[in-house]
Amino acid sequence: GPVAASITAKLEAAFKPDVLDVVNESASHNVPRGSESHFKVVLVAHAFASVPLLERHRLVNEALADELKGPVHALSIVAKTPAQWAKASGAVPPSPPCLGGSKA
Amino acid sequence: METTEDRIKAMVEGNKIFLFMKGSKLFPQCGFSNTAVQILNSYNVEYETFDVLADNAVRDGVKTYSNWPTIPQCYIEGEFVGGCDLLIEMYQSGELSEMVEKAAAS
Repeated sequence: GPVAASITAKLEAAFKPDVLDVVNESASHNVPRGSESHFKVVLVAHAFASVPLLERHRLVNEALADELKGPVHALSIVAKTPAQWAKASGAVPPSPPCLGGSKA
Repeated sequence: METTEDRIKAMVEGNKIFLFMKGSKLFPQCGFSNTAVQILNSYNVEYETFDVLADNAVRDGVKTYSNWPTIPQCYIEGEFVGGCDLLIEMYQSGELSEMVEKAAAS
């Protein structure tokens, strides 16, 4: 969809990632079918080297500030360096199940 | 008059560990908030929570306060430490355990 495309384009431009996966997880949440409200992004980039975890997440949130102010209601972030990614063998933690509370 | 920022500051600075979440500890209303509660519960330490679904001013205000766009938000000793993803990563690395123990002992 258009939101996923915009997220992909902005993250590509901001981080030049080796790996970029933008997953629309909206279907597992309490929102209409076809929504683009809940996303998980997996980013592996040299740009994260020597950047603390909290700051990495802040950088991603900033790159997607427009989306987060608008249609995107939940954003799960995995931000690793290529070395950390290799060590984790590409494992990504699952997102928690929806408990139905938010309709936004 | 007390501003929303004052209220948020009082909550995060008046408690060693504080969580802004959707719902309550017993009845989280969102999977991300639930994960945060489960992680904090695992340490057997006292912490307080605030349900942002019950207060729109705080729901918006806390995002500005920490410059962080999503809920949940966890604070330890007045410092913003992260949302659900970061709590999971710091839980797994053992970093969160150290921070929680240090706060509890202070």
